[in-house]
Amino acid sequence: MLAKRIIPCLDVRDGKVVKGVNFEGIKEVGDPVLCAEEYNRQGADEIVFYDITASYEGRGVMLDVVRETAKKVFVPLTVGGGIKTVDDIRETLRAGADKVSVNSQAVLNPQLIKEGADIFGCQCICVGIDAKKTAENKWTVYINGGRVDMGLDLIEWVKKVEQLGAGEICLNSIDTDGVRGGFDIPMLKEVVNAVKIPVIASGGAGKLSDFADAFLRTDCSAALAASLFHFKELTVDEVKADCRKKGIAMR
Amino acid sequence: MIAIIDYGAGNIFSVKNALDYLGIENKLTKSKDDIENAKGIILPGVGAFSWAMKMLRESGLVETIKEQAKKKYFLGICLGMQLIFEKGYEFEECDGLGLVKGKVDKIIEPDLVIPHMGWNRLEYNIKDCPLLEGLGEEEYVYFVHSYKAFCNDENVVAYCTYGNKIPALVTDGKFVFGAQFHPEKSGNTGLKILKNFVRLSGEVY
Repeated sequence: MLAKRIIPCLDVRDGKVVKGVNFEGIKEVGDPVLCAEEYNRQGADEIVFYDITASYEGRGVMLDVVRETAKKVFVPLTVGGGIKTVDDIRETLRAGADKVSVNSQAVLNPQLIKEGADIFGCQCICVGIDAKKTAENKWTVYINGGRVDMGLDLIEWVKKVEQLGAGEICLNSIDTDGVRGGFDIPMLKEVVNAVKIPVIASGGAGKLSDFADAFLRTDCSAALAASLFHFKELTVDEVKADCRKKGIAMR
Repeated sequence: MIAIIDYGAGNIFSVKNALDYLGIENKLTKSKDDIENAKGIILPGVGAFSWAMKMLRESGLVETIKEQAKKKYFLGICLGMQLIFEKGYEFEECDGLGLVKGKVDKIIEPDLVIPHMGWNRLEYNIKDCPLLEGLGEEEYVYFVHSYKAFCNDENVVAYCTYGNKIPALVTDGKFVFGAQFHPEKSGNTGLKILKNFVRLSGEVY
């Protein structure tokens, strides 16, 4: 049986790990390669690097981080942030990433999803989505780190993303992100029902039971968290033990 | 030295990274000499069956691989595993390397997500297979694929379950092994399997 995945995310700027709260007031801490190794020891099923560097030089630094991590960590690595072209995808995969996560650029240029999936295979194209509630069971898609509302309906977008060939969706709720009150269950439910590709829950994990809660209440395939793991409030193995205890298949 | 065959397929660096990490002498290569001189051969691969066979043919390596796999240990990974069968049906019918009886075709599971992607549990079928040495009862490995092998049960070292059963680790009973999963992305479990393969092939590390 396929196990549910627990994915720690490392937000990286200029080669250093940071974590924003609601995308603002970013705090900086740590060496990303060491952090990834630690998560690997804890039993992370996958590791995500989210590059929040804007500059071109910064991207090179990020690729070095991926290269170094890929020499020491033998679980799938996903890299997101700033990926705009097929060449960016190629470069990132060559550095040792197994998947890329495209977010803003996928909204601005949906063909990027199709081109990426056609060339490199759908399994390595994850589409990251930041969405915010506008009404009951209604959400719109934001870009640029949750700053710009595109007025695009979330459910329409996830269907299109699937049809373009994305292998996976990483769904971040702007409403619950950084609030630590649990994942956005209503939003997750709607999205999981709308598509067949795996959906990763992101944004809102604040305590141990939030992970099992997402798996028990929705059919999401994985749950992602950053600060909770990063500030060592919980370890990946603690989360997995709790899920296992509740009957959820875990590696 | 372990030869990792480089025929233009993606993601071969992760196999190399894993062997380097384990301190195993290895070489990414498309040279016949290297393959003939290697203690063991790894055929990695991500992509489509017919494309990969075309690349192997163009590199002139098909006969070398067939010949060498009769006398030294050979491990195909993911698409590399699929290529060891007689035929593939991805996009079009295509001859494989024919090292193990069977064919490769689409996974048909209408209620499940395809590709089969993620960590799935190994269910042992040939328990005394040397590649499984040191593994426990609950071992998960990382899969990413949309096609699977259809072959005889006697060739299957381990299955996993995704709707129906999927051959996860196969063998010809002699030198040839194929892993549908990615040992190089399967944490410590995968590294143990790679170590077992290298030990079998007689390469020192």
